[in-house]
Amino acid sequence: MATIEQSEKRAPWVLLSPALVTIALLLVIPLMFIVVYSFWLRTSVGGVEAAFSFGNWQEALTDRFYRDILLSTIRIAAITTIVCAFVGYPVAYFVARARGVNRGFLLLLLMLPFWVSYIIRTMSWINILGVSGALNSLLLAVGVIDEPIQMLYNETTVILGLVHFLLPFMILNTYVSLDGIDRALEDAANSLGANPMQTFWEVTLPLSVPGLAAGGLLCFVLGAGTYITPVILGGPTDAMFANLVFEAIITQLDWPLGAVLSLMLLVVLGAVVLTYNRFMGLGQIAKGIG
Amino acid sequence: MRGWPLIRAWTILVYTFMFLPVAVVILLAFNANQFGAFPMTGFSLRWFVALWENDAIVRAFQTSLTLGLMTAIISTTLGVLASLALVRYDFPGKNSISTLLIAPILVPEVVLAVALLLFLQMLNIPKSFFLLLMGHVIFTLPFVVLVVQARLVAVKKDYEEAARSLGASPIQAFFQITLPLILPAVMAGGLFAFTISFDDITGTLFWKPGGVETVPTQIFAMLRNSISPEINALGAVMIMLTTGLPLIGIGVARWSASRRNK
Repeated sequence: MATIEQSEKRAPWVLLSPALVTIALLLVIPLMFIVVYSFWLRTSVGGVEAAFSFGNWQEALTDRFYRDILLSTIRIAAITTIVCAFVGYPVAYFVARARGVNRGFLLLLLMLPFWVSYIIRTMSWINILGVSGALNSLLLAVGVIDEPIQMLYNETTVILGLVHFLLPFMILNTYVSLDGIDRALEDAANSLGANPMQTFWEVTLPLSVPGLAAGGLLCFVLGAGTYITPVILGGPTDAMFANLVFEAIITQLDWPLGAVLSLMLLVVLGAVVLTYNRFMGLGQIAKGIG
Repeated sequence: MRGWPLIRAWTILVYTFMFLPVAVVILLAFNANQFGAFPMTGFSLRWFVALWENDAIVRAFQTSLTLGLMTAIISTTLGVLASLALVRYDFPGKNSISTLLIAPILVPEVVLAVALLLFLQMLNIPKSFFLLLMGHVIFTLPFVVLVVQARLVAVKKDYEEAARSLGASPIQAFFQITLPLILPAVMAGGLFAFTISFDDITGTLFWKPGGVETVPTQIFAMLRNSISPEINALGAVMIMLTTGLPLIGIGVARWSASRRNK
């Protein structure tokens, strides 16, 4: 029966090969390629020339402009992640402890935002905070203000838009962790004399850290890589790093510089992902999405 | 517990925060006011009619639908095969393979977009619908793999083995036994791929050839001027489509499950 055994051994690879070839061709090789590309030179006629030059890297790493925007991108993503954690945790807790129909309904509602286009969710804030938006109309009607005020196009509204976009990721991941906690552990803590606050701080919260961390990772990585939110909800000075990449590649057609900037973003976010993987394992993310 | 009412109130507040802006988009889509802003001056379907009469928008819809369907078909085929391997077989390097399969989620979309774009430019393959399609396949694939894998675990291997021992070839066993059993998982994966592709904007902006717009990039281009009632109407149509389809899918799945149990 050697042939059947052999075909059993081959079977998974046959099944995997189309997906693996696709990922290799469309992701792995292109990523390696932009590393090469980042050392190439842009020619005066707007093309590129194969070379080995550190010029692009030197420009990107020493220019204050790029460094400042990289730092402010990290800062905005970090603030967004922290806000999502604080805002989302009680909600995840409520959903995990809700019973019956309620819980199914709340979970379904949490899935809904994933199905509404990112650009629609982002632009919806213009209807709320814009000069002729809901909030200005309300304040005018009540008489708090005489003239509509411009509340949009600053860093706060960028963070607001990001929190609105990323909150469901945080809540769902935290929920998965909280839901998996054996309630007997909390009961045990209570019966041993812990008050509800102590039980929460010493049993529930530590056990939910994996979900909180998975949600945090997704919020940070997706937030730091965002292109649309600063364009729609930010002002002229609120560009984030992905905007620079777009600018270099699409507007200026400076592809080697674009390659360098993409790699910088990849290295920074990759370091965050690897740190996370070291402590938590990437499997936790799969639980939240599946 | 004393804190419970407080947590409940907070939850209601956060859900309102998540849904209110989107609800306002739908509300304003029906606004008769010609500036599409508050105050509402009456109920009207005129903006939906305007959409229908706008060629650019109808074309964007056609592009998005074609792109979404083709992405769903390719991504689901690749994803289902890979998930079968991961769920049904044990083989060396399985963990690294499953990490590799979800890698496109972990790479920022901008970086993924730049890498693929520059790579194809170097091969002298110009921006085209094909590039757009390949891009959408690569970033929907991990989601399909995750969703299908989660569902496949629940489908037993026994039926397939019974068919094989009764003389069915592997191909016969797959199409006649396995595929019908995993069909709900396949549909879920396909639906997921479709909605992700249909909603995508960042990668699409990098990959789309000049003159081609999808619905999200069309909205993005229209936002350059200012928000208009037409954008709200377009948004409302998209929301109904991309939330309606999965909700119908879930409904059908529940209905067929309840019929099977009777």
